[in-house]
Amino acid sequence: MSNPFDPEVRLGCGCGAHASQAEHDQSEEALNRSVIETAVMRALFPQDAVRRRFLSAVGAGTALSAISSLFPFGALEAMAQDKKPPEKKDLKIGFIAITCASPLIMADPLGFYREQGLKVQLMKTAGWALIRDKMLNKEHDASHFLSPMPIAISMGLGSAQQPMRVATVQNVNGQAITLHLKHKERRDPKQWKGFKFAVPFEYSMHNFLLRYYVAEHGLDPDTDIQIRVTPPAEMVANLRAGNIDGFLGPDPFNQRAVYDGAGFIHILSKEIWDGHPCCAFGVPDAMIKEAPNTFAALYRAVLTAARMARDPKHRSLIAKIIAPPNYLNQPETVIEQVLTGKFADGLGNVKNIPDRADFDPFPWHSMAVWILTQMKRWGYVKGDVNYKQIAEQVFLVTEARKYMAQLEMKAPEASYAKFKVMGKEFDPALPEKYLGSFKIRKSA
Amino acid sequence: MKLESLKAGALSLVFLAVFLGIWHLATLPKAESQGAVDEYARLMGKGAKKSDGFPTLEQMREAFVTHISDPFYDRGSNDKGIGIQLGHSLGRVALGYLLACLVAVPLGFLIGMSPLLNQALNPFIQVLKPISPLAWMPLALYTIKDSGASGIFVIFICSVWPLLINTAFGVASVRRDWLNVAKTLEVNPLRKAFAVILPAAAPTILTGARISIGIAWLVIVAAEMLVGGTGIGYFVWNEWNNLNLTNVIFAILVIGVVGMLLDFLIAKLQQAVTYVE
Repeated sequence: MSNPFDPEVRLGCGCGAHASQAEHDQSEEALNRSVIETAVMRALFPQDAVRRRFLSAVGAGTALSAISSLFPFGALEAMAQDKKPPEKKDLKIGFIAITCASPLIMADPLGFYREQGLKVQLMKTAGWALIRDKMLNKEHDASHFLSPMPIAISMGLGSAQQPMRVATVQNVNGQAITLHLKHKERRDPKQWKGFKFAVPFEYSMHNFLLRYYVAEHGLDPDTDIQIRVTPPAEMVANLRAGNIDGFLGPDPFNQRAVYDGAGFIHILSKEIWDGHPCCAFGVPDAMIKEAPNTFAALYRAVLTAARMARDPKHRSLIAKIIAPPNYLNQPETVIEQVLTGKFADGLGNVKNIPDRADFDPFPWHSMAVWILTQMKRWGYVKGDVNYKQIAEQVFLVTEARKYMAQLEMKAPEASYAKFKVMGKEFDPALPEKYLGSFKIRKSA
Repeated sequence: MKLESLKAGALSLVFLAVFLGIWHLATLPKAESQGAVDEYARLMGKGAKKSDGFPTLEQMREAFVTHISDPFYDRGSNDKGIGIQLGHSLGRVALGYLLACLVAVPLGFLIGMSPLLNQALNPFIQVLKPISPLAWMPLALYTIKDSGASGIFVIFICSVWPLLINTAFGVASVRRDWLNVAKTLEVNPLRKAFAVILPAAAPTILTGARISIGIAWLVIVAAEMLVGGTGIGYFVWNEWNNLNLTNVIFAILVIGVVGMLLDFLIAKLQQAVTYVE
């Protein structure tokens, strides 16, 4: 409560017309509603005389209920009310110190959270298993995830089952296969038998893309190579020590391996699937239900950051913002090479690939379906999978469209799209057929 | 006696000088080919100050000066000064250790006074004692559902055993004669425990306490590296991510010094209760 004896404090609401803030909010709500209703009526009856005749003929109540059945007044109102103050302001958001998390990290120093009335604490976390546990334990309110993780958690794979949602995809592309320098001459995956690779987590795009890649070259990832789970930050140290032959890992660690003279970039992940999702911004389903305004504010903050991150001319600035110890704790030049796509490959060449990393936030359902096909392919899920249902439950496409529209970002109209992975077409309508087309897979 | 310790001190200094000398020679900068810095070299960080490889003494000195001169800065939740990190670690250790004392000393008394309990509980103690803190962590996280409390639990569970065993041993080996005197005087059990057994067993108990505090300090670094967030262990982990060996070495030295101080503290306490028979 404000102190009534403070000469600086104005009693009443911000606009001065009401006795208290609560009354102000209430009348604003009513105003919102009547503004929407007026707008709709005006659109239906451009001529006011017609409207009055119609209303006096059928009665206002009947008219309202008839028109409400056609117009979602409730939804329109909800949209207008979305800017209401968040229920919970102090939030803890977990992240792994990688460039995939750029949007949700930069939203802090750039004030995008503050702008939405949120006080966010970003918690650097040691590994993906901890990200999962801290979300399940409700120590974090929202989190940076690998995009397969909310699917796995919602299905209860590898953890207790809890409904978890993907609000936005954090980033697309931006990963790479990095090999130890001693393998300079062994660029053909067919020569990789017996190699040890690291991926950040089992339920990760890295794991699924690496498996896909070697399988397309005729190697069975379960028997011909060894894949071990290593936290991203420890990949470079392990590569340098020769514990692993390579990794499909998140940036900046691919570039860091080059920078430290430990490895070279074999291929970028966009060469496997251009536009693949990598990380996601996730929230528990409970938050959407219990604190819808907080959820909306958070959504807008992260989307604002994504919109800025997509623009190539901001990339150098972003690198500067997220490099300090509080966030990624990496040399700025390493981050800049990742984000701008002008980088040293570790073999003496300077490459210029502007779409090395991108931050398209739209959570395509087709991406989720592809992830599920690969989870089934490698035996992480057994039995029948209801691809569509899980995808549509976990990846929040409707919300993404709604909030993207509020920020005047273009969102695609479809939720499913065909795409190509290493030249092979994936049709999200026929996941089982797609799955059946692979020769190398874990036998059920 | 005086001369002996002077000699020892001098020898310590010589060892230190030799050690630093070897360090200096081993990290002498290699003569790099001074060509024009082209774009590739620039992207690889040539010409810029790179903090990889083993640091030179000069780099170490710089790290010391920067950390010690501003130990309490706070630049957001993931970047705090070394003083704040140490504070968090010491707080966790104090809590876990206190819990361990509260459990181990009374339980140790019981076990020490009853040979039956001693034999019955011994197998459990022997199995639980050698378990590494890192092995406890996943279980703690899953059941306690709070990373801070899990860290404290792990310190507790690892530092409780030496204290428990030593207390039991100290209590069990109190001289028979003294207990018999107490019996003849018909001292009540509570008074017997506090006036006879406790003073008699105190030196042994504090030996256990000294081992325990050492273990607690060992555990905290491992636990914080795993759980993250704050603390000296997190500091090491965060600098390791950045492959910044200078800061890692600095942290190692700090951990060593603090550990030594903790040990020194309990050792002083132990001297105070030691008696000559």
